[in-house]
Amino acid sequence: MVDRLFGWLMSGCAALVVSLLLWVLGDVLIEGVAHFSWSFLFTEPEDSGRSGGIAPILVSTLWILSIALVTALPLGLGVAVWLSEFAAGRRRFSDIARVTLDILAGVPSIVYGLFGNAFFSIYLGLGFSLLSGGLTLALMILPVFVRTCESGLRAVNDEWRRGALALGMARSAAIWHILLPAARPAIGAGLVLGIGRATAETAALVFTSGYVDRMPESPLDSGRALAVHIYDLSMNVTGGDSAAYASALVLVVLIVLLNTLAQSLLEDWFKRRVFVS
Amino acid sequence: MSWIAKGIVNRTDHRLSMMLAVLSAGAALLLTLIVLFLIKESWPFLSSRWHSGSWFDWLQYQGWYPQENRFGMAPMLLASLAVTLGALIVALPVGLASAIYLQFYANPKVARTFRLLLTLLAGVPSVVFGLWGLTRIVPLIALWQPPGASLLAAILVLSLMVLPTIALTSAAALASVSGELLHGGIALGMRRKTQILHIMLPAARSNIFGGVLLATARALGETMAVLMVAGNVVQFPAGLFDPVRVLTANIALEMSYAMGDHRASLFASGLLLTAMVWLLSWGSYRVTRNGREAGQYG
Repeated sequence: MVDRLFGWLMSGCAALVVSLLLWVLGDVLIEGVAHFSWSFLFTEPEDSGRSGGIAPILVSTLWILSIALVTALPLGLGVAVWLSEFAAGRRRFSDIARVTLDILAGVPSIVYGLFGNAFFSIYLGLGFSLLSGGLTLALMILPVFVRTCESGLRAVNDEWRRGALALGMARSAAIWHILLPAARPAIGAGLVLGIGRATAETAALVFTSGYVDRMPESPLDSGRALAVHIYDLSMNVTGGDSAAYASALVLVVLIVLLNTLAQSLLEDWFKRRVFVS
Repeated sequence: MSWIAKGIVNRTDHRLSMMLAVLSAGAALLLTLIVLFLIKESWPFLSSRWHSGSWFDWLQYQGWYPQENRFGMAPMLLASLAVTLGALIVALPVGLASAIYLQFYANPKVARTFRLLLTLLAGVPSVVFGLWGLTRIVPLIALWQPPGASLLAAILVLSLMVLPTIALTSAAALASVSGELLHGGIALGMRRKTQILHIMLPAARSNIFGGVLLATARALGETMAVLMVAGNVVQFPAGLFDPVRVLTANIALEMSYAMGDHRASLFASGLLLTAMVWLLSWGSYRVTRNGREAGQYG
């Protein structure tokens, strides 16, 4: 009897969680679809966003995201490879690096925003621009990306390394042709985490890439990210809630789409590396 | 450079190794720069407090009136802690129960769907939770105890946000417990409830605790969702229905126009947040390491 009650209690909690989560997602979906139309994606916002669309905001979001990814991916992958493949002789240094990265991964995004404002916007003179916003986000996703890729590379069986060595492969060739493809699930997971965090970020962008909702002409222009747009519509614009929900729907769909795209690109790229070359 | 060249004969390898070392050093430098800049920017505030002998004034109540040079951060610090603690108190039992359901009661198909839903929810941006809280939770609370935007609203929204994290990490912790323990419990004829509460949970406790500490760090650093539903009045949180302002929200609200000492004080509060997160990650590192050393039977 007690046993069955306990089982019911656990299932009840799970059901509660599921219904709450469905409530949130359902609300975003229903309220979002009510205001959404295809022209919403391709027109400029009017009446401070109450009507019109989100075209310039989407463009700014994609700018910021691509700057962040283009900076963070090569840098992060390089650091991860170095930590797992070359730093073996420097145990102490790589341990310190790992702990530092873990701490930085937990630092609140708003603190990255403070740094981005002081360093990129003011010290380097980039001002409120898509570039300083993107670079700030690159720094923000770097620690998580490095740590996931590194643990993925570390998890690759040492047999593969010895096999490559026995075949007389150069270490760089072994990394490029064997280790990186073998670690691809971890790299994919790191990429998904990075894209998710960068696309969802609001706090760090308000005072690095700014608030302007015009179409950006270059990365040095200020631009408003989608998440900032949602915040502005719901907090500062009375009657902006339905447009905010539509933007929220676009944001959630965008994150899911980008993640799927990133995963399949990665799969594709590595498949070619393994089987053709 | 012998340590780099050790075991590397190929020339391309040598070049690659050098390049990656430089890259890593650059990344390390950038990340150090973050802490250095936080200290540099908050220095005017810290040193002027030091010289006037009022270094600990920010801890005592003197109000947050930046224009009058009074920077009492204590109410906001307390509000941050209250919101975080409240969210954990709500989310921990429910999250743990969901993990137990996922691990021991759900059939594989249901478990997969549940897990997928949790992962999806863990990826929903915090502004979306904020928007939802502002249009659904706040009006609900306002019906009962106006104005609605309150400590309670922040706790509820935040607990919903950390729930997926707690459930997923706890489920992973439970899954990593050796099956032998469970089989032993079954062989002894224990009830399902006893197996779970007295064998599996204690065996997984250090990993569960590590996950909870990470969720705490996330809750403490959350800005947007809390800013949108908490009401943002600087005051000591006296009751669940009082509007409060947390440290992170304060930075987001005032950074755009802050100058001089005011700006420096915001950087100082960023430094404070970083220190708190640092303590939490250190705690979680210690806890999970001790758990590993003590073994699963600890």
